[in-house]
Amino acid sequence: MTLPTTETIDCDILIIGGGMSGCGAAFESKYWSGDLRVVMVEKAVIERSGATGEGLSAINCYMGQRYGWNTPEDYTNYVVNDMMGLAREDLVYDVGRHVDNSVHLLEEWGLPIWKKDNGEYQRIGRWQIPIHGESIKPITAEPARKAIGPENLFERVSVTHLLTDADDPQKIAGAVGFAVRENKFYVFRAKAVIITCGGASNVFRPRSVGEGMGRVWYSVFATGAAYGLMIPIGTEMTQMEHRFVPTRFKDGYGPVGMWFQYFHAQVLNSKGEDYTVTRADELKKYEPYGSAIPTPTPLRNHQMFMDIKEGLGPMYMRTDIAMQKLAEGDPAKMDKVRDEAWEDFLDMTISQALTWASQNIAPEDTPTEVVLAEPYIMGSHSGEAGAWVSGPEDIATGDYFWGYNRMTTIRGLFAAGDGVGAAPHKFSSGSFTEGRIAAKAAVGYVSDNPSAPSVSDANVRDIQETIWAPLETFEKHKGASSAEEINPNFMTPKQGLVRLQKIMDEYGAGASTWYTTNEPTLLRGIELIEMFREDLTHLAARNRHELMRCWELVHRTWVGEAHLRHLLYRKETRWPGYYYRSDYPDLDDANWRVFVNSKFDAAKNSWDLQTKPYRNIITSI
Amino acid sequence: MPTYVDPNACNACQDEHEGPLCVYICPNDLMVLDQDTKKGFNQEPEMCSECYACVKLCPEEALHVRGYADFIPMGAEVQPHRTEDGLRWNVRFRDGRTLEFTYQSRTKPAGSVVLFDGFTEDRQTELKNQSLAGDSLWLGVDKLPSPK
Repeated sequence: MTLPTTETIDCDILIIGGGMSGCGAAFESKYWSGDLRVVMVEKAVIERSGATGEGLSAINCYMGQRYGWNTPEDYTNYVVNDMMGLAREDLVYDVGRHVDNSVHLLEEWGLPIWKKDNGEYQRIGRWQIPIHGESIKPITAEPARKAIGPENLFERVSVTHLLTDADDPQKIAGAVGFAVRENKFYVFRAKAVIITCGGASNVFRPRSVGEGMGRVWYSVFATGAAYGLMIPIGTEMTQMEHRFVPTRFKDGYGPVGMWFQYFHAQVLNSKGEDYTVTRADELKKYEPYGSAIPTPTPLRNHQMFMDIKEGLGPMYMRTDIAMQKLAEGDPAKMDKVRDEAWEDFLDMTISQALTWASQNIAPEDTPTEVVLAEPYIMGSHSGEAGAWVSGPEDIATGDYFWGYNRMTTIRGLFAAGDGVGAAPHKFSSGSFTEGRIAAKAAVGYVSDNPSAPSVSDANVRDIQETIWAPLETFEKHKGASSAEEINPNFMTPKQGLVRLQKIMDEYGAGASTWYTTNEPTLLRGIELIEMFREDLTHLAARNRHELMRCWELVHRTWVGEAHLRHLLYRKETRWPGYYYRSDYPDLDDANWRVFVNSKFDAAKNSWDLQTKPYRNIITSI
Repeated sequence: MPTYVDPNACNACQDEHEGPLCVYICPNDLMVLDQDTKKGFNQEPEMCSECYACVKLCPEEALHVRGYADFIPMGAEVQPHRTEDGLRWNVRFRDGRTLEFTYQSRTKPAGSVVLFDGFTEDRQTELKNQSLAGDSLWLGVDKLPSPK
């Protein structure tokens, strides 16, 4: 096989992924590291990469400690309840106590935050502050780029594999990737690696399957790389059965938080009923979480879903009622409310504004449909999939601590943002903060472990041949068919993506099966995804753009398989509204208020699943 | 097709150091330059999230979005125009109604960040404690909380 040239980069700390958590890691690591070489690698350009590239209309994780609004304890209580009793309290608390520093810095760097007349931040919810956030990502990227220096930022490089140490497979050594727009490999040799890449959209078949496949709720660029990189080297993962199913405006997937919290709008069914009222008794089945305030997100989904299943839709967000009420008949007030309503979408989900315009919806006159979206597997927003990591030394107890905050079970491999499991509700500011936490710990690790990693050239060569194989496969077999995309010897990444999504949707409790599955269905799904993973060696790519899509599909497939195996292992329905086990339909705190962890063993091609105990470190829930 | 390029307006960013800016910025590697026509185009519309990064950056306003064929009725447009500190949006409904909004995006010019300005955390003695850089200036409370 003829391979392109390789550029080898030696560094102390390698940050993979330049989203919010990656930018936080770059900024913080450079403050503490002095002369250490910190390198960041990103498949796009950090000014608009990652889930916040399009912008944001609110920061959803802010304590307001200086105003006395909330303590980190309050935040931990909220998160544990919203997760129906399962979150790592040490990790959640740690984000909460630090996050205000990050928000204040973002404001200092130029992020416009809405203010009250007295100069305090506006609030739209207990943890949420509204922002004029169209440029939150370029504003966050600038200090990251400046901190590490542009010469240490490698953009348009797609990282496909992690490298473990040639002398110790439980120790990290770097990563391998390829340039998307040049004929070139990159090998990064690093003493510590921080995984700050994304969670996974498009693992499940989305509701829009044509052009609209790109308009999924979580970023289409979020390809599960955080998990797809860590799982194959045997990193211990946690809560990979968890997913987030967002209730969002239909099709455009515009945000609903402002509508519920700031405009005080209701969602009503076609009979004009409010499911939070008509389904109030349903919450009693899920105590103690059912009586938490606010009602946990999955339970609110569940209540709405009961209406939908009974055929009481469409469900409409009554923007019309809310806006008329706020305007009180005053045209000037209506202008302000209209301005805010459109900004909510134009700052972060422009397609939803286009949906309004294209369907002649003026929100003050006409309500808008909401829907439960397809599932997403992530660790930063309302999902909690990710690596099992060490907590902070002063909080984590027992087997929750092993030396360095946010270090995974692979020595020197750290994670933040979507990559950290059991630590949800970080959102943009919390992910940025967790990147900072992980980076400081990584600097400490490198200062204690200064020796260079041992990287096997033969191993690198093997990985590079694997990376390049889809291009070779296409060239080798293209003559077997007169049609480029129909060939008995290979599949294209697009064909593979559709196949993965079909398995996940139909066997793994996707939208088309009412988010419901059971043991026989999951076992069948696992059989099919095992065959699919074998077939990934027959992926074909016509160019480097498609080669990137091939490796994104490989990462998404690791996520999908881990998800199915975890779904099978957890024998209860803990998060109704996210998914239902029809064979174990109830919440079972007595047996299942535990974390489900997994490790993949590459040598044996097998998965090992086990539980880890829940520890009340902060809360008494 | 979500984003599309008006060929009469696209000049392939001939004067831009980074080359065609839509190609430069696209977070999903979708925008490419047709080497024959020298016009940009979206090579994989079903992987476009209509994030508008390219539309916002195009110096010629040659980039537009035609909403997803799956669910967007035809005839509407949402088009941004850059202002000094944000964007002006022109919204045209399917029925011809129009709206205009102007929003600020940043309070300080790009490039003005001064790193670690006034930070006091000691790089040696505080490396292994729980502080983050800038806590003394930016945390907003005197002491980093720890569990009660």
